[in-house]
Amino acid sequence: MATAKETILWRVRRATRDVPEGERPEDVRVERGYRKEGDGARDDIVARFAEHVAEYEATVHRVAEDGLPARIAQILQKRGLEILVVPPLLPEAWIPEGVEVLRDAAGPRLTNEELDEAGGVLTGCALGIAQTGTIVLDAGPGQGRRALTLLPDYHLCVVREEQVVDLVPEAFAKLEETVRGEGRAVTFISGPSATSDIELNRVEGVHGPRALEVLIVG
Amino acid sequence: MTPKTKPPDAFSPGQTPTFEVSARESLRDAQLRRNLGKATQTIRRKRTVAVEEMPDWEELREAGRALKERTLRHLDKYLLQLEESVTRAGGVVHWARDADEANRIIAGIAREKGAEEVVKVKSIATDETKLNEHLEAQGIHAFETDLAELIIQLAGENSSHILVPAIHKNRAEIRELFLRELDVEELSDEPKDLTNAARLYLRKKFLGAKVGISGANFAVAETGTVSVVESEGNGRMCTTLPPVLVTLMGIEKIIPAWRDFEIFMQLLPRSSTAERMNPYTSFWTGVSGEAGDGPQEFHLVLLDNGRTDVLADEIGRQTLNCIRCSACLNVCPVYERTGGHAYNSVYPGPIGAILTPQLVGIGKPGSDSLPYASSLCGACYQVCPVKINIPEVLVHLRGKVVRHKQDKGTLRQKLDPENAAMQAMARTFSDPKLYERAQRLARVGQLPFARGGRITSLPGRLAGWTAVRDLKPIPEQSFREWWKEERG
Repeated sequence: MATAKETILWRVRRATRDVPEGERPEDVRVERGYRKEGDGARDDIVARFAEHVAEYEATVHRVAEDGLPARIAQILQKRGLEILVVPPLLPEAWIPEGVEVLRDAAGPRLTNEELDEAGGVLTGCALGIAQTGTIVLDAGPGQGRRALTLLPDYHLCVVREEQVVDLVPEAFAKLEETVRGEGRAVTFISGPSATSDIELNRVEGVHGPRALEVLIVG
Repeated sequence: MTPKTKPPDAFSPGQTPTFEVSARESLRDAQLRRNLGKATQTIRRKRTVAVEEMPDWEELREAGRALKERTLRHLDKYLLQLEESVTRAGGVVHWARDADEANRIIAGIAREKGAEEVVKVKSIATDETKLNEHLEAQGIHAFETDLAELIIQLAGENSSHILVPAIHKNRAEIRELFLRELDVEELSDEPKDLTNAARLYLRKKFLGAKVGISGANFAVAETGTVSVVESEGNGRMCTTLPPVLVTLMGIEKIIPAWRDFEIFMQLLPRSSTAERMNPYTSFWTGVSGEAGDGPQEFHLVLLDNGRTDVLADEIGRQTLNCIRCSACLNVCPVYERTGGHAYNSVYPGPIGAILTPQLVGIGKPGSDSLPYASSLCGACYQVCPVKINIPEVLVHLRGKVVRHKQDKGTLRQKLDPENAAMQAMARTFSDPKLYERAQRLARVGQLPFARGGRITSLPGRLAGWTAVRDLKPIPEQSFREWWKEERG
């Protein structure tokens, strides 16, 4: 008896009998006439990124490289954060004194319960996209596993100016190697968790972090 | 929470009422009309703004359409490539010919893991297969975690919109429901408080679940990457926290390469929620192994369930381009008035009117009535991000429904006035002499019925036409007559 796989493939082939025998996928023309790279100046791109992130009700700060550790400490203190989750390979200088730090590591991983009870998480990122105000995480150094930026109720994310690309296609081009190579998970974050399910009113904070704060460094 | 049975729809066993019958019922509900009117107007306005911001929107639409065409014409190759790449990344691929086979595969995995509860991300494919009911019968309770899905699950209702399934419910109704079902003592009707009640209720479920179940927005043949596009974070929870993840996807959701996301991740959010980008999108490739990022086990179930029948119809095939954005619902004048329940399908609105009858097959009175649930105004085609010519498919399906009655119908159906009229019309349209004679006759014949430039009721067998619409009288001079006079 034919397996489900054999049957489905047979049905697909029968259904596409109108496709000429010798036609290859690339023979079906795909005109990619859309923009693939922006042509704006660097300063404008970073400014647009900041503006678009802020429009999602995320808090955005811009800071110079040497002022970064102090600014992180100040933001966390103002928030009254007590327990901070930190991914592997986050620059040590970023981690402020005076808060309890929960470090995730390859050996003893933090449990979901620990992450759930932590007040917030501090990470870097892989990319920022100006066109859409999106932060991209790819589980790389200073970002960690996906659960780290999901269970704590607050996410403070550091984005370097040179990490910001202009358009969406630029981001997918840059991520291609990570996905093809190690197959690491990629997460796009555009503002804090939100829903519009009740009368289409946008409410921030459903299941993911209810607050997102972004530090743009450069 | 007490499990409730949802009302049957086109994908349940048995028959459903026709659109005409259900729509009449919906139209009597004034509250529903207010809720819907407000919601669709808001989202329409926002979508226009989000799309106008894009100077290359038309180029993106065309690229999206063409890519879907390429994928569908060579679907067998892409399915095999996807199976290989998911397997290489540590996932397990299953094939399901129909709903029942998909449900049995998923229930089997859940049972094997000893799961009595599973958490689910909104997935219309699982609504189509009636997975929740199947699991429940086996003693496994599926928790819907999308806010709107939770609302309708608690209420024991069907979805009425692809994107916002509880669009028919207002805040007061939701408050009542949560007070009754979520074991909370005090609750206001502020969306913020209602949302927080759901957050607290579901957080415990996420942390304890052994199995997560999701649908898929896209799966990449080349890399095996699967993606879920969402807003609330429940998708991230379900695809990240439980040790086992099962994803059910229709075979048409494949895209060839990773880079193709650059098209669809621009088209989908702006068409769907009218945002530049939705809050969260997860992309995962198999399992992460030692990195411990996400599930240790990943199962991908590829579902046919009628899709290959849609594929076989050269005009209907484009229906499979659909990326489930719901823009066509929000612009549809019929949907705006009747709401989603009148379609009696997990796929409502214009896209549902062409997808449902093709998936379940022509010959069921309920779904056969759906291609007629349209004024053919074409607004749906205009907003569709992958350029599905919905009016063209609607007309094509109307033809199929009529032909089916002619071929398979009983004597009574063959003598059906519409059927007889269609055949007479076909003869008349194909002969210019007959056509002109018919026009002259009709002009005289209509005199007793035309009032103030409108015909609002026709007699006898023709009454069906004017029961739901007014008719413009035939002009005193036809175009053909005018042409002969002027140029002849």
